[in-house]
Amino acid sequence: MMRTKKSTRAAQYLALAAYLVFLAFPFLWLISTAFKPARELGSLHPTWIPKDPTLDNFRQAFDEQPLLRAAGNSLIAALSAALIAVVIATPMAYVMARHRNRVSKAATGWVVISQAFPFVLIIIPLFLILKNLHLINSLLGLIMVYVVWSLPFALWMLVGYVRAVPTELEEAAAVDGAGRVRTFVSVVAPLLAPGIVATAMFAFITAWNEFFFALVLLKTPEKQTLPVILNRFIGSEGVADLGPLAAAAFLATIPSLVIFAIIQKRITGGMLAGAVKA
Amino acid sequence: MRTTPRALAAAAAAFALLLTGCGDSGDDDGKITLQFQSLAWQKESVDANKALVKEWNATHPDVKVNYVQGSWDSVHDQLLTSFEGGEAPDIIHDASDDLADFAYGGYLADIGDLLPERLKSDIPQRSWETATFGGKVYGVPFLQEPRVLIANAKWLKKSGVRIPTPEKPWSWAEFRSVTKELGDGKDGKYGVAWPLKEPVSATLNLSLSTGGKMFHRGADGKVDVRFDAADAIMPRTVHDQVNIDKSASGATLGMGGSDTLPGFFGGKYAMVPLGFSYRQQIVQQAPKGFEWQVLPAPAGSEGLAQGVSPQTLSVSEDSPHKKEAAEFIDFFLQPDNMVKLARGDWMLPTGAEALKDPALRTEKDDWAAGTALATDLRPAPAQSVRGYPEWKDKVATPALQEYYSGAIGLGELRKRLVEDGNLVLARYQR
Repeated sequence: MMRTKKSTRAAQYLALAAYLVFLAFPFLWLISTAFKPARELGSLHPTWIPKDPTLDNFRQAFDEQPLLRAAGNSLIAALSAALIAVVIATPMAYVMARHRNRVSKAATGWVVISQAFPFVLIIIPLFLILKNLHLINSLLGLIMVYVVWSLPFALWMLVGYVRAVPTELEEAAAVDGAGRVRTFVSVVAPLLAPGIVATAMFAFITAWNEFFFALVLLKTPEKQTLPVILNRFIGSEGVADLGPLAAAAFLATIPSLVIFAIIQKRITGGMLAGAVKA
Repeated sequence: MRTTPRALAAAAAAFALLLTGCGDSGDDDGKITLQFQSLAWQKESVDANKALVKEWNATHPDVKVNYVQGSWDSVHDQLLTSFEGGEAPDIIHDASDDLADFAYGGYLADIGDLLPERLKSDIPQRSWETATFGGKVYGVPFLQEPRVLIANAKWLKKSGVRIPTPEKPWSWAEFRSVTKELGDGKDGKYGVAWPLKEPVSATLNLSLSTGGKMFHRGADGKVDVRFDAADAIMPRTVHDQVNIDKSASGATLGMGGSDTLPGFFGGKYAMVPLGFSYRQQIVQQAPKGFEWQVLPAPAGSEGLAQGVSPQTLSVSEDSPHKKEAAEFIDFFLQPDNMVKLARGDWMLPTGAEALKDPALRTEKDDWAAGTALATDLRPAPAQSVRGYPEWKDKVATPALQEYYSGAIGLGELRKRLVEDGNLVLARYQR
């Protein structure tokens, strides 16, 4: 019995290790490519460690494209979208979780259906609306789009977390004389913190990686975000300037990694809470 | 984590302040301002574009051109959205095979009468045809690239095979026998590697050399697909190289052009059919001492003819300054400027004057070998066929991929391209 358990655990660790290698491979290859000179990129027998490592790809990437400004724009758009999305979604999720009536059921249905809309279906009406609001070529317009785009899923995630909070706690707060808003802010919201962080992270990553809306809505280089700028290293028929593209893409992953590293405990806690109790 | 309404309000106010100034800023100085969206992406090309815009702005104080960088990826959807939203750039850089939908949709201006005679006569009629729909000119074709054979020069020399020239190219039959001689895959070396991830344009464009047309327009203007003997020569050659002679690597059929380069540099393939502009990657990435050369693609009954979709400059129908936009295009495509743009993109200019420039006739990087092919370039056969994108994606691409890999025979390929294909086209021509 003991041996079976050990072998099972070994297999589990093996599977986990294999999965981690699978996940890490593209990122490690990206780093390796970013430091390779052009002639090594065309090698039939590529190596993990560049034989003749160079920073030329980074120099070229910075020289050709305004990466820092684009990263700043992406950061503003993604952080703003994430913050606004959770600020709006949290009370909405509370209402949908605690008041299960026709309206909240219909809202839930709409949230699910809205996820099925392809970008190209909504981009033209969206473009016209933003144009009328004078929000084309504006980060504010882009942030509004990102908020609307991430809100349904954020809402869906948070509803699960709210349902995991025992209603007895709210009843106790009510007995102590707290009103609905006070109960929500002082009792429910702190318990939702891991879920809110996980949801914000989802909204951040969605906005950070988004390409098509940014491509269509932002016209001038001063406003454009990182994915749009990265796309400039790719030419017609998918031909790419591989070295500088890898260098720029590597740099683009750093903010997400840093943010993940800082808040990973909260994310893990949040995900587990949602998974177990939703 | 305690969150209070006051903190939320403060955060919202902070973001409102942060975002102030993110909005669009207008240009109210009374000058005409044109937006020029360029798809140039390689450093030399972007530099050339920007330098020309700067030169224009310095010499034309009343008409300012703003350089806006676009990207090839998603350009169609991006432009379509801009057109629908009334926010399209005044001057639009695109490829001719992307123009038909925009032209028929009424998004592009007919600039036939706005362009000067100098430019009209400098670019050959066959190039104008790539951007002319219903007798109206919707773009100026200015850069194009033939598909060429890029060969391992040492390997070719050592093998003793006849080296083709534009005057005396290989026939398709000779090409097949040469590749057989160069390598049959037994020692991991092949005579040729066909990167056919996108098999349709390569097949249609190269089949023009054998008289293959595939699309036939009737007197009523309707187009139907046929697959005659002339259409079959090029595809059959590739099929036989891969499946019978084994002189072409089957592994590269699903690859893009860049993917085949490591194998080419590593001595696996003697030749790779690629676009002329791939020379830049070869110059950058080839190992020191690697010798390569540009050879013309095989010829057929129509000589070296092959189809191309040139890069174009168009003017938006909604632009209030079409005349000025056309004047900028005229400036931008002066012969000297066309040469700069061509060198920046490693492509050929369409203009006859630019083609005469010694910089494009040099032996260095085999410019001369490609320039010699310029007169043989024709509009890609499917340029103006409505329904072509669907035919390509749903019918032709899978059918050709299966044929080239040996999964189906020529009869089945013909059946699918013609029977299934005509059903698709019929829906667009009712």
